[in-house]
Parts: sequence; structure tokens; C-alpha cells
Amino acid sequence: MSEKRTGAQVMCEALIRNGVEVMFGIPGGAIMPFYYAMWEYRDKLRHVLCRHEQGAGHAAEGYARATGRLGVCIGTSGPGATNLVTAIADAMMDSTPILAITGQVGSHVLGKDAFQETDITGITMPITKHNYLVKRAEDLPYVFEEAIYIATTGRPGPVLIDVTKDAQQATIVPNWDIKLDLPGYKPNYRPNLKQIREAIKLLLHAKKPLIIAGHGIIMSGAVEELRAFAERTRIPVITTLHGIGAFPEDHPLSIGMPGMHGWVHVNRAIQECDVLFNIGGRFDDRVTGKASTFAPNAKVIHVDIDPSEIGKNVRVTVPIVADARLALQAFLDEFPADREAFAELHGHASDWMEHIREMQAKHQPKQQYLNRTETENMSLPPHDVYAALTKALNSRGNYRVVTDVGQHQMWAAQLIDWYRPRTHITSGGAGTMGFAVPAALGIAIAHPNDTVWVICGDGGFQMTNQEMATIVQEGIKNVKVAVINNGYLGMVRQWQELFENKRYSGTPLSGPDFAKLAEAYYWKGITVEHTSQVEAAIEEAYATDGPVLIDFRVEREVNVFPMVPQNKSIDEMILESPHNS
Amino acid sequence: MKKHTIVALVHDRPGVLSRVVGLIRRRGFNIESLAVGHSETPGVSRMTIVVEWEDVEQVVKQLYRLIEVLKVSDVTNDPTVEREMALMKLHAPPAKRPEIVALTEVFDAKIVDVGANTMVIEMTGSPAKVQNFVDVVRPYGIKEMMRTGRIAMVRGARGHTAEEYVESANGHAERVPAMN
Repeated sequence: MSEKRTGAQVMCEALIRNGVEVMFGIPGGAIMPFYYAMWEYRDKLRHVLCRHEQGAGHAAEGYARATGRLGVCIGTSGPGATNLVTAIADAMMDSTPILAITGQVGSHVLGKDAFQETDITGITMPITKHNYLVKRAEDLPYVFEEAIYIATTGRPGPVLIDVTKDAQQATIVPNWDIKLDLPGYKPNYRPNLKQIREAIKLLLHAKKPLIIAGHGIIMSGAVEELRAFAERTRIPVITTLHGIGAFPEDHPLSIGMPGMHGWVHVNRAIQECDVLFNIGGRFDDRVTGKASTFAPNAKVIHVDIDPSEIGKNVRVTVPIVADARLALQAFLDEFPADREAFAELHGHASDWMEHIREMQAKHQPKQQYLNRTETENMSLPPHDVYAALTKALNSRGNYRVVTDVGQHQMWAAQLIDWYRPRTHITSGGAGTMGFAVPAALGIAIAHPNDTVWVICGDGGFQMTNQEMATIVQEGIKNVKVAVINNGYLGMVRQWQELFENKRYSGTPLSGPDFAKLAEAYYWKGITVEHTSQVEAAIEEAYATDGPVLIDFRVEREVNVFPMVPQNKSIDEMILESPHNS
Repeated sequence: MKKHTIVALVHDRPGVLSRVVGLIRRRGFNIESLAVGHSETPGVSRMTIVVEWEDVEQVVKQLYRLIEVLKVSDVTNDPTVEREMALMKLHAPPAKRPEIVALTEVFDAKIVDVGANTMVIEMTGSPAKVQNFVDVVRPYGIKEMMRTGRIAMVRGARGHTAEEYVESANGHAERVPAMN
């Protein structure tokens, strides 16, 4: 207890004490003492050497999103730290608990433009939940404890600790008797029962109620409670992009995804509904479209653990600041025991669901939806890739899917059947291209027995594909990459086609031969150019004992539909390209 | 846009001022004045921020997201005592001095320094009164001026203190009881 330690040793021990087992990073001058110390803790603290700090950050995010545990990434001062910035911002937007540890120049030269100095705490102030500059080794036990507490509690988020080189090197007797002093940080987990009862009253008399299930369901582990709540009330359930997996899509009450690329019947239902119960979602603008016309007839019940989300984008009738799981539990406890009390709601909900299913039948989603003339002459419509992937995922189970950002991401959300939490991981709020490949590294380490499928575009893939080398160096075999390669920055091209008169400015994109690139990284590389080859390629990916990349050279100009143009009401959806209609 | 006076109590830690200001800057709002100093509780600083805001409620909620922020109130519509201090160095050749002295007496200001051709005046009062004084003496020539910015306190028994937060540091206090 009273043994001497260097600051760097204290950092390692603090991480171990807080249950950290794996870290993703790259060393450099100002963080070298930490790496020196890390060596002696290597049995307990696994370090994964990434190829770029952004990759390390996304890997930490992938690890965190796949497990709910803290992800840790490391960079040195200056460019090492700034390279982490994108991943930190991404984690902030998607409420992902990560700890970024950066080395800093010696405290005696701080602020004097020393070699590789940047003010990373200043830079990351608006994109972290909190951050610290540590100049004294004595402060390290407390700061690490507090940082990890903040990152992982309440609404989770990224926290950065910047440690000067001399603080890492100094020898101290650490004081592990830590009492957190956080008078301004007390996340409110337990709901106010008065509000719960108010919400129940609204729900029991609703004629067209809807549930929107967001990321909060998954983060708080409320999947069972949500299911019980939905089955008890029989209210249809919408899952947002980050709510995918919070509610099984084969459940009779599941109706699908809302928003910009959500289903027609879902968006129309939102516009018609009279009570909208949003639990753990933040009414992102990609969900609401034009906020002023969103759900015009609805009284909104909003459960969020972050009070600043309530009333931010959408007016709320019953605000409930609480953890999603505890809130749902409170609903289940407070519901009237009398079965008769639900009779009115059940009657209305059943008519309402029938109406929604009718709308759905008219605008049938999933595979059939895309089966139309425009795809007939294509040698490889992207949808055939998703159909085959869905089949493979469903028949083999044990999968995690991580998507990047763009058309392929929306198709994945729309076309794959999702059942379980933390099986669909993507960059939502920040929309960070280049997220998927490094995130897969973190997910694969967290779940070595699952097959981790990366679905990404040829644009995003080329932003961070260097982590393929990390995957090989770490001996990871359970990563399979599906590049939906259309030779464009496809989503931007789609906007250009639909709204900018096909002025394809800066969107046509060339790439290497991805299969050969994969081979160069000691992966297996497969090229697919025709629908007839898709299933065999996926089979081969599964049969290969190692990482595999499949380059799906899909039809180049296919659009994601339905689509709500920006700043339009969500019921003003475009269903197909104008020239085809 | 309406001017709002925000009073915030914050845990006194390095960077806290920067965080608060950064949050306001992010919205692209201009801070008219900002005064920071110790509060009644050791370790807790008090800020008075005057800013033109349209949706002050949202910014107040976002301020609560900052780890060090203990309590934030928009006191714009509350009965408050508001004060500001200004130090002014006036161009004051001997011939003009009697006029300036008379004005300072009228405004209850203090002459705190007299030089060969200058006088330094300390003026304390409500922000409107300070502004009034500034306008009145401007014709004499203000060579230098420093204003502290507004500080505010709600009148009467209704308090804005941090003690409850400090004491219940390990308890389960409701952060934003107003929301529920």
C-alpha cells in the first residue's frame, strides 16, 4: 500500500483497479514513461498497437459499444493527441464511455511551444464529458478514479486525461484512499414517480400511441423491461438507428426505423400518433426531420438521463429524467394491477397497429421494397449483398455488425434483420467515415467468439483501412469486411443526383484493388462482381480461418430510399429516383 | 433578443471558467459581461453572466452538464440587487475639476486619485446608474476605463447557495428537480 511507484505505474494500477483489461494506442516521446511501466503489467493490461490514433480511438469505442464497458485509447502529445480528436468527438455524440490518455510535454515547458506540444485539454473541452491536465503524480490516483467514474456513469461519454511527462516519471507513494469530490455531478437515475403516473394516465387513454426506443435502452440494459412494457401495453415499437437491437424486429409489435431513411409507415405513424413515448432517444434531427412539424398531434413523454436533452428539439408533455431501465421498471411497477385498466388501450392499440400494418403493406419494406424494375438489369445491386448477408447472419448466429457512414450504413440498418442489443454498432451522431474497420478491432477483441462483420463503403474504408495490419498483428481472425464498393462517396452522390442536378462534384472515387490490398495485409481477399457470386463469397469468408475482405463491386448509382430531404417533414418522403417514376 | 442575467455557482477547479465560456461561445452568443469571484462557500465560485440569448433555458440545462457546475439560475425576471463598479481615469485639467467633483458627488462616486491632469474615479451602483455616469463624464475625456461587469443577487429570503450541493456530495440529490 505504501510502496513507492512512478506516476506511470500509478496510471497502470489505476486502470487495473478500475477493471480495464485492454488499451489501444501508439507510443511517442511524451507518453514513453507510461509505456515503460506498462511492460511490467502486461499480463493484466493488454496493449494493442494501432496504426493511427484515430484507429485507436474508434477501437476503444467499438470495445465500449460492444460491451458497455470502458474503452481506453492512448496517444502521445501533439499529433498523437490531435489524431484522437475525431474518435473523441464521435464518442461524445454517441454517448460512448471511453478514456483517452495522452502524454504531455514536461510541466516546466507547458505553454512554451515545446516539441510536440498541443493544448489537448483546450482542444477537447467541447467534445469531452470532462477532461484533465495532470502535472503532479500525486493527483493521478484520484484523477483516474474520477475520470472513469464520470465516463461510465450517467449519460456515458469520453473523458481525456493529459499527463505531463514529469508527472509520469515522478516517484511517489500513491494514496489509494479515494473519496470522490463531485458536488456538481449527480446523475439522476431514479424517475420521479409522479411523472411516471402522469405518463401512465396519458398512455392508458391514448388512441394512437407509439414507443420510440433509443440508444438508452441498450446502454442501460433495459431490453427485457422494454419488451415487458410493450407487451403489457401492446404499443407499437419504433427503434432508432442506435436503438436497433433494443427490440427484436421479428416481434409482432416491432415496426422499424424512423427518420430520414426510415420506413414510410413508421414516419406516417409518427405524424399521426397522439402519444409518443420516447425512451432513451434524443430526437436527433435525422429522426425528426423538420422539428416544427414533427409528430404534430402527439403528446410527448420523454425519458432521458440527460436533462439537457429534454425539450431540446421537441416539446415535451411529460419529462422524465431517469435511467431508461429504472424508468421502465417504475412503469411496470406503477401500472394498474387491474387488467381491465388496459382494455381501452389494448383496443385502440390493436386498431392502430392494424392501420400501421396496412400502411406498411402498401409501402412494403425490406427486400421486396427494393425489388423493382430499376434493379433488374444490374449485375450486382447492393441489396443482394444484404439479402445474402442477412441469410448468413440468421443461419449462423453469433455475430456483431459494425457499419461505417453512408449509403451502405442505411441499407444495413434497413435491410438486415436485427434482434439483439449490441449486435449493430455504427457511428450515428457524428457520422464518422472511417469508424468501422478500427471499431471492428475493438469489437473482435471484446467478443472473440463472434464473427464481426464490417460493412463499409469504399470511401470510408480507405480512411482507416491501415488497422487491417493491427488486426493481423493481434492474431484476430474473426473480422470479415464487406466493402460495398460503388466507386463514389455514395450518399453525397445521391444528394447530388436528387437535389443538385447530378453535379457529381468531388464524389467519383477510385480505389486500389481491395482484394489485392487485403492480400498485401495477409488477409484473404475476394472480389465479387455478380449476384451469383455473393453467397459463395460469404461462405468462403466464414470458412476461412482468418480475416477476410470481400470487395462487392456493386451497381454504382443506386439510392437509399425512402428518403426525407433535409428540413422537410418526415412524411414528405421520396420513394424512388424521379427519372424512374 | 433579450438580455439575460445568469448566476452560476461552480466548483472551483482549473478550467471551469473556460468550460462555461466555451459552452456559450459554441452557440455563437456574445457575452456582454462576466464577473467571477468567491462565494460564501469555500471552494465554490460565483459567476454573473450577462448575455443576449433567445433560448436561455436550453443553455442553462447544458451548463448543468458541466461537471463543475453546481447551480445555475436565470435571474432576469427576479427581483434582484445588481451592482457594477467602474474605474475611470478622466482628463481633468485644474479648470475642469470643480465640475467633475460636483458630478461625482451627485452620483455618489468617489475620487480615488488625482494627478496633474487626471482624476481616477470609482463609481459603484446599478449598471444603469454606472452607465449614466459614464455618459455624463464622457465629454471631459475618458482616458481609461475598466468596468467589473454586473454582479447580481436575488432579494429576500430566496437563496442561491451551494451548501446543499457540497454537503450532499455523496448523496443522491436531484440535480434538476425543476425538470421532474
